[in-house]
Amino acid sequence: MPAATAPSATIELTYREAVREAIRDALKRDPRVFLMGEDVGRYGGCYAVSKGLLAEFGPERIRDTPLSESGFTGAGIGAAIAGMRPIVEVMTVNFSLLALDQILNTAATVRHMSGNQFGVPLVIRMATGAGRQLAAQHSHSLEGWYAHIPGIKVLAPATLEDARGMLWTALEDPDPVLIFEHIMLYNMSGKLAADAGPVGIDKAAVRRAGRDISLITYGGSLWKTIEAASALAAENIDAEVIDLRSLRPLDDATIMASVTKTRRAVIVDEGWRSGSLAAEICTRIVEQAFFDLDAPIGRVCSEEVPIPYPRHLEEAALPQTPKIVAAAKAALGRA
Amino acid sequence: MNRTDDRPHLTRAHSLELLKQMIRISRFEDKCAELYTQEKIRGFLHLYDGEEAVAVGVIPVLEQRDRVVAAYREHGHALVRGMSMKAALAEMYGKREGCSGGRGGSMHLFDRATNFYGGNAIVGGGLPLAIGLALADRMRGEKRVTACFFGEGAAAEGEFHESMNLAALWSLPVLFVCENNLYAMGTALAISESETDIHAKAACYRLASEAVDGMDVVAVEAAARRAVHAVRETVKPYFLECRTYRFRAHSMFDAQLYRDKAEVEAWRKKGPIVRFQGWLEQNKMIHPEDVARIEAEVAAELAEAVAFAEAGTWEPVEQLTRYTYAETAN
Ligand SMILES: Cc1ncc(C[n+]2csc(CCOP(=O)(O)OP(=O)(O)O)c2C)c(N)n1
Repeated sequence: MPAATAPSATIELTYREAVREAIRDALKRDPRVFLMGEDVGRYGGCYAVSKGLLAEFGPERIRDTPLSESGFTGAGIGAAIAGMRPIVEVMTVNFSLLALDQILNTAATVRHMSGNQFGVPLVIRMATGAGRQLAAQHSHSLEGWYAHIPGIKVLAPATLEDARGMLWTALEDPDPVLIFEHIMLYNMSGKLAADAGPVGIDKAAVRRAGRDISLITYGGSLWKTIEAASALAAENIDAEVIDLRSLRPLDDATIMASVTKTRRAVIVDEGWRSGSLAAEICTRIVEQAFFDLDAPIGRVCSEEVPIPYPRHLEEAALPQTPKIVAAAKAALGRA
Repeated sequence: MNRTDDRPHLTRAHSLELLKQMIRISRFEDKCAELYTQEKIRGFLHLYDGEEAVAVGVIPVLEQRDRVVAAYREHGHALVRGMSMKAALAEMYGKREGCSGGRGGSMHLFDRATNFYGGNAIVGGGLPLAIGLALADRMRGEKRVTACFFGEGAAAEGEFHESMNLAALWSLPVLFVCENNLYAMGTALAISESETDIHAKAACYRLASEAVDGMDVVAVEAAARRAVHAVRETVKPYFLECRTYRFRAHSMFDAQLYRDKAEVEAWRKKGPIVRFQGWLEQNKMIHPEDVARIEAEVAAELAEAVAFAEAGTWEPVEQLTRYTYAETAN
């Protein structure tokens, strides 16, 4: 009999709790860390992520802000330059548009414009995505836009490990890091090692190994894509699933390694198709692995429409498992 | 014009109408909350319970040609402005027969026929829109008033301050109506503003500005008459801060950790409906039969609206991308 290895203890928790643990851990590790944003304190967080933290850390470090996205995001930038390690929570990506000027024109540019005299070690977290019938102004997936911007890094934790582990690594980064948490993931629960801690943020992950096609995705679409891979397996199609994890910079090496092996790719991205992150990935594959491809690259993105309110239209507007299955089969000539 | 015209004429008929409109909003929203738990209505649902006197005090003072801009707690505004309960409820069901074709839902009620420009779910987002509507009216010399409703939370946004300045600088016919219910989600006014007197902020931008008891429909109406009259005659902006309170949760997801039940109960006792109805009863201006009749009328209207929404149809999926752009050249 093989020697018994002590099973590492696991705990059952939700994605929401994993993010909360990450914030709590960061607050404990480093006195320079503080959380600020709308309703992070007394309300308990718009998606209940920061619930309980006010009682534990007090109002200086769990700092409720007025409805001033541009102001408090900019304040986070200033505090970071001055040596603090702020975590700015913008309630959702929809409202981050009011802070876009500060993120793009200040956070992303200061290091370069100042000739490397000042850096912005700031983390900005926000919820993203659709799926709860919140209609056109509350359903955006604009992480792909942010991934367009040199000077910031963009992360999309899709798993409990990453929800728990990316934040600390991001806080240690000398430059601004944006973390996008998909709203449909907060209630997802599962097992996580009790001693789970920081994870790397510069590599994509192969979430399912396969030979026939590469399904490349991130964030909230990961689980739809994994479901699609299972459906494809039932039809004897062995799909590989790549979770990008970091949207900027992109881990080209992992993408190309997968595509050169499977020779086919479908990209799944909740952003609108035109000018999407999926378009960027598609181009990189064409630039770097064109001669290894056996079929045109497929894309499953959101339809080009403001997200409508009724359930059936919202579902039709977003990437869904059957669409991913269909795109994969089309790439394999099995439509 | 004679200033006495600005005062409400509290005839029995007018009093009954004010009471009825407030009861209409209240019963409509009670139903919405019920339909939400049945999952007929989804997404975000923000109820106006406790704030009815503001919409009912202000909107009927406007004329047909005037314009209304609201936020996401806007069912009451839409109903008082003249949108049918049917069209509002069908919208909240997501049905094609809804006021926005079902695509907007609770936060995006629009109605061209009554110059009702939504329905904006970005805090502060409606203020610059109101500025633009009024700018167009000024440039064309049209004597319309644009009434813009928003919560006190919006006063922290840059768009609020930009809009105040533009309105005063360009002398635009906007009536700003701040519904100060003391909380922006879980954030109390006292922890979000250095100057908690919102109407003073507007005064800094040289707007005519006043605060009024937003739980008193008669006081709100009197102030609205003064304000609308002033905007129309002077073609200048006016700021009305209505001090009110939200009795229910911010939305259906809010656990209300940030305030005591006792605080809410104390405010409920001062609610705009109980207060006005009590006052009318005390002064023998209404009889129990009047209230019973109003309740029956509202119940019938509501039953009809529910039946209409239930019978409504779904937009075919093939029409998904419709109305992203105009279908005919304008
Ligand atoms: C720009 C923006 N930031 C944040 C939100 C999320 N949010 C929706 S309502 C709300 C509170 C607004 O309070 P207030 O303006 O006082 O209006 P009330 O809800 O009290 O009517 C918040 C923070 C939003 N919709 N838009």
